[in-house]
Amino acid sequence: MTDQTPLIEFVRVKKAFGTKVVLDEVSCSFYEGQITTIIGKSGVGKSVFLKHIVGLLEPDSGEIRVNGVPLHELDKESLRHFKRSISYMFQNNALFDSMTVYENIALPLVERRQLSKDQIVKKVKSRVDQLELSDVLDKYPSQISGGMQKRVALARALVTEPKVVLFDEPTAGLDPLRKNAVFSMVHHYQKAFGFTGIIVSHDIPDVFYISDRVAILDGGKIIFEGSPMELEQSSDPIVKLFIGGEMGLIDQLTGLLTRTEMEQRLPKEFALSRAKNQPLKVALFSVGNLEEIDEHVGHIASHKIFQCLANEITDYFGPEIIAGRCGPNDILVLFPLNGKAPEQDANIEGFAKRLKQKPFMKKDSYPNVCRDFHILFAMGQFEQEMSFDGLVAALKKGQREMASLKCGRVQEKKR
Amino acid sequence: MEFVQRIGHTSLSFIDTLGHMAIFFGKGFVRGISPPFQFSKIVNQIYFIGSKSLLIIFLVGLFTGMVLGLQGYYTLVKFGSEGLLGAAVALSLIRELGPALTAIMVIGRAGSSMAAEIGIMRISEQIDALETMDIDPIRFLFSPRLIASLICFPVLTAFFDVVGIIGGYITGVILLGINRGIYFYRIESAVELQDVTGGFIKALVFGLLVAIICCYQGFYLHRRPGGFGAKGVSMATTSSVVISCVVVLVADYVLTSFLL
Repeated sequence: MTDQTPLIEFVRVKKAFGTKVVLDEVSCSFYEGQITTIIGKSGVGKSVFLKHIVGLLEPDSGEIRVNGVPLHELDKESLRHFKRSISYMFQNNALFDSMTVYENIALPLVERRQLSKDQIVKKVKSRVDQLELSDVLDKYPSQISGGMQKRVALARALVTEPKVVLFDEPTAGLDPLRKNAVFSMVHHYQKAFGFTGIIVSHDIPDVFYISDRVAILDGGKIIFEGSPMELEQSSDPIVKLFIGGEMGLIDQLTGLLTRTEMEQRLPKEFALSRAKNQPLKVALFSVGNLEEIDEHVGHIASHKIFQCLANEITDYFGPEIIAGRCGPNDILVLFPLNGKAPEQDANIEGFAKRLKQKPFMKKDSYPNVCRDFHILFAMGQFEQEMSFDGLVAALKKGQREMASLKCGRVQEKKR
Repeated sequence: MEFVQRIGHTSLSFIDTLGHMAIFFGKGFVRGISPPFQFSKIVNQIYFIGSKSLLIIFLVGLFTGMVLGLQGYYTLVKFGSEGLLGAAVALSLIRELGPALTAIMVIGRAGSSMAAEIGIMRISEQIDALETMDIDPIRFLFSPRLIASLICFPVLTAFFDVVGIIGGYITGVILLGINRGIYFYRIESAVELQDVTGGFIKALVFGLLVAIICCYQGFYLHRRPGGFGAKGVSMATTSSVVISCVVVLVADYVLTSFLL
């Protein structure tokens, strides 16, 4: 957090559409010369948030301050000056479809009538060259691709050399190369002109590399505000969910619960085991040397192996088990307490047999890069409640190899 | 009780809309005549509303005049007054049919297009984009259309009147054999300056009403229930045409009763 007065500050801003409260007493600060990224789920009100800054929407209560002065207290000239210092890049670009690309980019300069025609042409040309739009200047927005439309919108937003630029999902719909180019351009322009940038984006973690600050909007409130490093180190489970979006997708594909969900679930299961006076049966399965596969074969291959193991576990032990990811290579299984879980040895023996009998994964997928990998496991019964990390550490100590696989086929089994 | 409530609510909503429209017009007019003037935008709109309507106005004017000539001749011939055909055709066109039919034709061609174009700009956030660029959307979109309508409607009406009189001449003189000199002499003696100014006043008022109604329907598309997407634009376009036509005919009656 910095001591300087925020350039723009939201103070307990509330906005509702009918009965739906979109912003619920939101407070947030944006500092001069910094890039702040707002992240949040789709439909959570990020664009509504931005539209308040530019005056397209007005808060139901609370206030927005500019250099410490509430927006509604600014005199007409100051308000006009502030508005002229802001550019807004819309999510859907909002290009004028009856104007050419050149006319779209030049429009704010032409309408302000402060520059000569030659100066306008020069400024537009400079932006157009930087954004590689020279070939489409005479075309209409509907005649160019979505990515190009995005760049035209960006050129229009930057042509006035604004002090504050609001980017509403500037990279949505762009290919990865263009996306990087846009982020890089925002970064370089910010360094060159020193504007204050507020970006709404879903491109996690890429957008963090150009951000000085990050705010997470969820449930109508700012649940986190700080630097990207502070975000990364946050232990808040909801914040972790946001930054672990990629891992979350993998967990959804494997059908596993996330680590956060498992952490929340464990105390409940211990409470249940105490109530039933039974020990809690748990197992830890790991894929040994998954990092090596990740490095030498590829991320998708390592994910496929992990997904296969997860599918085998849930297929074999049934849907009643509680299985979740507890580390990059580890799956923790909590067995139900209803007495249906078979004895551990027979259980694991059967599972190892299953691995042996059927191909673990399609070897044709990676014909040229065969790598050995090992499935490790440990099982235990716990009567005393333990922390999640303690439980996993205890199981890790007792892990042993149950199968070694090469190119998806079981080679041998060690006990 | 519920019925009374509904009437009250509808009346209040109607008055609210009228007030809103009046403010919309006031802002548009003042900004349209205040510097810096938007010559190129006004010229573009004159081209769109005026020049591009010439053909349709020509055709409608010509055939209206021809029908008037035909009907007028067979009515007047019963009284042996077919020599008055020129006066009948010219007065009908200049006082009534010229302004009204021109307005209705322009509503169909340009008014609907104004509502649709501005409506699409509203739903695709182009109007919001103007605001964020500190460009006044009323001045940018409505003022040039309003000024252009005020210029085009009287000119198109005059064109309609002239073409209509020629249409009457074609049927009356060329096809039915009325004396050419009598046709024009009767026009000259019957039509007074008051008739011509009355027709132009009507055309000015119709131009004003059509521009306000059509632009308002598109501009505030998002205020109406269900005013989103393609359906919203279609509703705005339909309303602009229907409301404009009805209002033009009502205004025509009111103006006629004052002008006569």
